Amino acid sequence: MAGKEVLTGVHFMDGDEACCEGAIAAGCRFFAGYPITPATEVAERMSRRLPQIGGIFIQMEDEIASMAAILGASWGGAKAMTSTSGPGFSLMMENIGLGVCTETPCVVANVQRAGPSTGLPTLVGQGDMMQARWGSHGPYEIIALTPSSPQEMFDFTVKAFNLSEQYRVPVFVMADEVVGHMSERVVIPPAERIKVVSRKQPKASPDKYLPYKPDADGVAPMATWGMGYHVHVTGLTHDERGYPVMDASAQEQMIARITGKIKKNAAKIISYDAMFMDDAQVVVVAYGISARSAKGAVAAARAQGQKVGLMKLNTVWPFPEEVIADLAGRVRGLIMPEINQGQVVLELERVAGGRCPVKFIGHPGGTIISPRVILAAAQEMLKEAL
Amino acid sequence: MSAKTAGGAAAAHPPVHPQDHLLRTDRLPHIWCTGCGIGIVFGSLMSAVMKSGLPLNDVAVVSGIGCTGRMAGYIKLDSYHTTHGRALPFATGLKLTRPQGKVIVASGDGDLFAIGGNHFIHAARRNLDLTVICVNNLNYGMTGGQQAPSTPFGAKTTTSPSGSPDQPFNFCALAAACGATYVARWTALHIRLLTQTIGEALAHRGFSFIEILAPCPTAFGRRNKIRNPLDLLRFYYDRSVVKNKISPDQAVMDFQGNLVVGKFVDVAKPTWLDGYRQVNSGQVGEWPEVAAEVPIPEKHLLGA
Amino acid sequence: MKFWRKPLDLAAVRPARGRVVIIEERCKGCSFCIEYCSREVLALSESFNRKGYHFPKAIKPELCVNCHFCEAVCPEFAIFSVEEEAQA
Ligand SMILES: Cc1ncc(C[n+]2csc(CCOP(=O)(O)OP(=O)(O)O)c2C)c(N)n1
Ligand code: SF4
Ligand code: SF4
Ligand code: SF4
Ligand SMILES: [Mg+2]
Repeated sequence: MAGKEVLTGVHFMDGDEACCEGAIAAGCRFFAGYPITPATEVAERMSRRLPQIGGIFIQMEDEIASMAAILGASWGGAKAMTSTSGPGFSLMMENIGLGVCTETPCVVANVQRAGPSTGLPTLVGQGDMMQARWGSHGPYEIIALTPSSPQEMFDFTVKAFNLSEQYRVPVFVMADEVVGHMSERVVIPPAERIKVVSRKQPKASPDKYLPYKPDADGVAPMATWGMGYHVHVTGLTHDERGYPVMDASAQEQMIARITGKIKKNAAKIISYDAMFMDDAQVVVVAYGISARSAKGAVAAARAQGQKVGLMKLNTVWPFPEEVIADLAGRVRGLIMPEINQGQVVLELERVAGGRCPVKFIGHPGGTIISPRVILAAAQEMLKEAL
Repeated sequence: MSAKTAGGAAAAHPPVHPQDHLLRTDRLPHIWCTGCGIGIVFGSLMSAVMKSGLPLNDVAVVSGIGCTGRMAGYIKLDSYHTTHGRALPFATGLKLTRPQGKVIVASGDGDLFAIGGNHFIHAARRNLDLTVICVNNLNYGMTGGQQAPSTPFGAKTTTSPSGSPDQPFNFCALAAACGATYVARWTALHIRLLTQTIGEALAHRGFSFIEILAPCPTAFGRRNKIRNPLDLLRFYYDRSVVKNKISPDQAVMDFQGNLVVGKFVDVAKPTWLDGYRQVNSGQVGEWPEVAAEVPIPEKHLLGA
Repeated sequence: MKFWRKPLDLAAVRPARGRVVIIEERCKGCSFCIEYCSREVLALSESFNRKGYHFPKAIKPELCVNCHFCEAVCPEFAIFSVEEEAQA
């Protein structure tokens, strides 16, 4: 492997490897991690790739340390990342909260396996989706992308860094064991065709700069260590100066800021692909590997002339509330397949708000969802709705 | 506000303290209790930073959570108040992305050695180029005085009302055993020596660790019959004996007898980054490179 | 009367003259500066600051030798000394 930053060309690689290349193409130069199946390959490839391009790879003592280290690296000015799976994701939660509260850009790739606990280390699951949304304590908003192929592992990891840098928030790449381990064609474009976003830097002089005073887009420019701004960064509730303030009004202002910047820009952040949705009577809303199962089911339904569509969520958080609410008023029913006992479907139901039936298809993990089951459910729904 | 000077002249503005330029004066008075040793250590740290001549834009302070952890909030440098126990891994990321800068970790005994103990042993093992200042006040001050990994056997805390059943760590011995390349201990009243030692630690390349035995009159002293801050400050100082260069495991803190202080370790070893650069530039050969004549131990013992 | 039994690690005492400055509002009244001034320059004042603490005052200012020990021992950054030009 050459010591190139962007491996432009056509490759046959697995999702974990593509994730690394996406990170590097987006400018990631610091990785701290701890081995865990099925995400270990991300750390392994990063340990080879980063030294080639002047970056730092460090294997930490655990995932708590890994998460804390990438926050530190981000404040040192680097684009930083870690990767993990369920047990490690659980350990990271407190410091993910620190990242949210201190508005620290960083990326966490969670190659999901089936849980709870050690669960099925080598087998697929999508059971960390609600943990991604709510796992750290307190109120906040987060961004989570859901790749469904090695190509998307590359593309979405680039995007995860860009969103993280733009909105100053930890961004999750919520992959899964199958996407992480499957090898497929991955096309890496020339460097100049890859859009790379970096955090805004302050223009104000150090005596005028308020580290947590947002611009019109809701995001404050970030002064990292060494720029001479002497910023205080704390996980305590803080004001625009970054100083701790222990009262309800400071809390309200800070939470309004860290949630507002995501909510306000949700339309720009949210991404989905629509397939046969225009005339669809039943729409399967799916993400990650289950979106591929769904794609098979929708194609089979269409082959039989049945009006089934697919809404493939590329971002699960923030949830595409407006699009789904609108969709729910136009279709006869929505179906969501997930490899868990029903997580994102709860959000789908909430947003559909009773305008149409919502059906969940799932199992607790270990294998993917069969397209046949989704197809059968769609056909059932079409019949019921008549 | 009026300020008196020895000359009797009343100034219109509060006088400017020589350390004010390093302090977030708009946050003073700080939260530390009357007679808390943390303020003394903090002052000593600031003096050492000033004397070091390090460019201030290149010095960062990282703290965990606790009374000591609030140091990061009062120093006017890039300063990071992280999560309980995680100052060291945060500092690891910070330092490795800007190796040209100096990172100081200032935190409490509970933060660094209980919840953060795992990070401490690994940061020391890696000989990361960090300066760690640990204010040991023998308990968890912030949460009102619970048992810490430093609490002496038999000492009372809110969670050891009949006396702590645990044996405490010897932090200096632990640091040295894990690979720290600079290790020292003082009490909060050894101010000049402490400042000098912090200065040396800042100049040291590698993992430097300084433990400061400091009074926590409010949470610890009150429950252990030394509630007056001055008495506690003096108690630690008076019992201390300076034994430089002794093996840190001999540097015992015996509160019935003597408290050994001094500089115990000061050695030069490659840092983590030195090793990283070495292995990644292909300067390290195949492992293991065993010389042909090295005897296999078992055979040797058997006389075979 | 001094209470310590062994010499403190004070800066070597120079035959300098100093002037001690007290930032009363920062003081929390621990009296460390008073107890550890080797020249007994300081005493606790009877008045309180806004936070309700007794702060130190210089009762024998002319004895100050600018050793900075009060400055170093004060946990509140509430006291310091400056060099006083020697008067002829
Ligand atoms: C994960 C977590 N657990 C517990 C706490 C509560 N807590 C805050 S500070 C502290 C102990 C601090 O003790 P130490 O590190 O010795 O600092 P000191 O206050 O004594 O300076 C604890 C238990 C916390 N903030 N986070
Ligand atoms: S509780 Fe103890 S350690 Fe905390 S500020 Fe008060 S005296 Fe200091
Ligand atoms: S500078 Fe020294 S002599 Fe002067 S008041 Fe302070 S401690 Fe006393
Ligand atoms: S040492 Fe500082 S806080 Fe304590 S009495 Fe003197 S001036 Fe006040
Ligand atoms: Mg403590």
